[in-house]
Amino acid sequence: METTTLRPPQHRVSRTARWYWAARAAFGWLVLIAVQVIWLVADGDDVALRLAALIATVIVAVTHVTVMPLWRYNVHRWETTPEAVYTQSGWFKQEWRIAPVSRIQTVDSARGPFEQLFRLANVTVTTASAAGPVRISGLDRETAQRLVDELTANAQATAGDAT
Amino acid sequence: MLVVHPIQEVVRLAPALIGLLVAGSSSGGHGPLWSLAGLVVAVLFGTLRWFTTTYRITPEHVQVRKGLVHRKVLTVPRDRVRTVDVTANILHRVLGLARVEVGTGRSDRKGGGELKLDALGAPEAAGLRGELLHRESRTAAAPEDSAGETAADTAAGAFEGAGTPAVPAPRQAAVETELAALRPEWIRFGPFTLSGLITVGIVAGFISRLASEGNVNLGQIAPVKTTLGWFGSLSLPLEIAAGVLILTVFVMIASTLGYVLAFWGFRLTRHSSGTLHVNRGLITTRATTIEERRLRGLEVSEPLLLRAVRGARLIAVTTGLRVGQGAQRGGSMLLPPAPLREAQSVATRVLGGDAATVSGPLLKHGPAARRRRFSRSLGVVVAWIAVCLVLWEWSDLPAWTWVTGLALLPVTALIAADRYRNLGHALVAGHLVTRWGSLVRRRVVLEYDGIIGWNVERSFFQRRAGLVTLTATTAAGRQGYRVQDVELGEALRLASAGSPGLLDPFVSGGRPSSRREPHVPAEPHVPPSDIAHPLISG
Repeated sequence: METTTLRPPQHRVSRTARWYWAARAAFGWLVLIAVQVIWLVADGDDVALRLAALIATVIVAVTHVTVMPLWRYNVHRWETTPEAVYTQSGWFKQEWRIAPVSRIQTVDSARGPFEQLFRLANVTVTTASAAGPVRISGLDRETAQRLVDELTANAQATAGDAT
Repeated sequence: MLVVHPIQEVVRLAPALIGLLVAGSSSGGHGPLWSLAGLVVAVLFGTLRWFTTTYRITPEHVQVRKGLVHRKVLTVPRDRVRTVDVTANILHRVLGLARVEVGTGRSDRKGGGELKLDALGAPEAAGLRGELLHRESRTAAAPEDSAGETAADTAAGAFEGAGTPAVPAPRQAAVETELAALRPEWIRFGPFTLSGLITVGIVAGFISRLASEGNVNLGQIAPVKTTLGWFGSLSLPLEIAAGVLILTVFVMIASTLGYVLAFWGFRLTRHSSGTLHVNRGLITTRATTIEERRLRGLEVSEPLLLRAVRGARLIAVTTGLRVGQGAQRGGSMLLPPAPLREAQSVATRVLGGDAATVSGPLLKHGPAARRRRFSRSLGVVVAWIAVCLVLWEWSDLPAWTWVTGLALLPVTALIAADRYRNLGHALVAGHLVTRWGSLVRRRVVLEYDGIIGWNVERSFFQRRAGLVTLTATTAAGRQGYRVQDVELGEALRLASAGSPGLLDPFVSGGRPSSRREPHVPAEPHVPPSDIAHPLISG
C-alpha cells in the first residue's frame, strides 16, 4: 500500500544545542538536588529514606540530561524554502508545522542567558493566527541571523496583510 | 453623556448600595462607611474616565487617547477595521447613547488592545459604523466631496458632543437584503440553551451579597422559612429530586427570558457595500457589523440539548472577532438557537455557495479513530475505577467512588460512540469542512483562503493507531481548526488541496507505512553550522 507521508525537514539545529539543552536541564536538576542535600544534612531522622530519594533523583537527572539532548537533536529539525517554513519537533508528541512565507507577520530572534553562553539563538516565526507560531530553537547565531534576514526579505516581497 | 460612566459604576455596585440602604442604622460598625467610601471613589473614577477619553478619526487612522496618570494612545489604521460593534444597554438607551467597539485583525492577545468608545451619541455611533466599514463608497465619493472629508478629520474630541456631525452619512443608498429574522416560534429553543444556568447563579450571588451587605438573615424571612421547613421534612431522595426539579424549572425560565432579552428583534442583513449586519436585543441592543471580505467561514454549533430538539446556532468565523464565551458568543453570533434547517439555509446564503458545505455528507475517520475515541474516554474512567478500588481495598476510601465510576461507564461509552459518529471532514467547493464533538457538536466551514498554515500533530498513541491531528491555522475565530484523528495520507491530501504546492516539497510518497519512525534522517548527516544556502530544497 502506498501512502504519502511528511519527510523530515532537511536541517538539524546546531550541534552545540545538545550541550545547551543538557546544561539547561542540568541546572534545573541541580537546584532540586541541592535542596535535597540541604534537607538531608539539616535534619536527623529517616536518613535512609531521604538518601534513597536523593539517589533516585540523581539517576533520573543523569538519564534525562544524557538522553534528552541527543533525542531532541535527532527530532528537532527545520527547513525553509522561498515559499514556506517547515519544522519538526517533539519526541512523545510529534509535531510538524508549515507556515507559508507569504503569511508571515513577524520574525523574532531571541537569546536567553543560557543560549548566550552557548552562542545560540532561537527564531520564532508568527503568522496572523495565534495558533501557529513556528519556533526553531538551538540555532547558532549566524544561521539564525541569516534565517531572519531571508525570511524577512521573502515576507516583504509579498503584498497584502497576510490574514 | 457626562453621567454614563459614574452611573455605570454605581450600577455595578448596586447590590452593595441596596444592602447599605437595607442595613440603615441597624448596625453601628464601620462596614457600611467603607462601602460608601468605595462608592464615592468609583464615581470619581467614572467621571475621570469620561474626562480623559477622546477620539478622532482621520482618513488613515482611528485614534483613541485615554488615561490620566498612564496616558494611552491607541491608533488603528482604518483599513484594518474588520468589525464594528454598537451596543446600548438600558442606561445608554435612556440617555440616547451607545458604545462602539472596533474589532481589528489583532488576535494574538486577549483583550486590552481593542478600541472601545463608551457613551457616544447614538446617531454618532451609527454614523461611525457606516463610516468605518463602508470604505468603498467613501473612497468612491471622496474626490468630489473633500470638504466633507476634512470635516470628519477635524471632528476630534467628539465627547463634547457640540453637535458637530462627526461623520458624513454613507453616500450610496445601501441596498439591504434580509437573510434571517427572529420568528416567535424560535423562542421554544430558549429553555434548551442552558444560558439560564449562569443567570440563576448570578441571581443567587446577587441575593447572597445583598443579604451579607445588609446583614439580613434570609432564614428569618417568613416564606423562606416555611419553604425550608417543608424541604427539611422530605426524605433524602425526594429532597434531591425536588431540588433538581426546582433548579431545572428556574433554569428553563431564566434561559427563555435570556433568549428573549438577547435575541428579540434579531435581524441578519447583508448590505450591498459588502457587510453583514446583526441587530438584536430587547433591552440591551446590539448591532454588529462584519466585513464580508473578512468572513472566513462559519460554525454550526449544536449543544447536546439543542441537538436533541433539532436546533442549532450559527457563529461567524471572522478576523477581528474572537469567538467569545457564553450564549451570545461575543459579537460573532450570526443566528440565535433556531431550527437546524433554518441555520443551514442561512449559512448557505451567507457563504453564498454550495449547500453541501453546511449540510453535505462528511468523510468518516475509520475504525482506528473509533477505537481511539473509546479507549480515550473509557480509559480515563477505568483508570479512575482502578485507583479508587486500590484505595478502597488498602485504605478506607468510601465505596461509592468506584461505584460511581462503574455507573459512568455506559454513559462514557455512549458519548464515545457519539463522538465518533460526529467526527468527519470534507473538501467542498474551496472550503475545508470539519465536524467534531458530542456535548457540543460543531461543524466548521473554513474557506481555504483563510488558512494561513498547517500543523500536524501525532501523539505516541496516535502514532500506534496510524493517525494524526491536522490543525488549519487561521487569523479568524478560534485561530485554529482541527481535524481530529485522521490518517496521515488523508491529512496531507487536505492540506495540499487547501494550500496548493505549499506541501509538495515536504511530502514523500511510496513509503510502505506511515507508522515507521519518521525522524530517522532520510539523508546523510548535514553539518548544520556551515550550511551555505539552506533555503533551496528539492
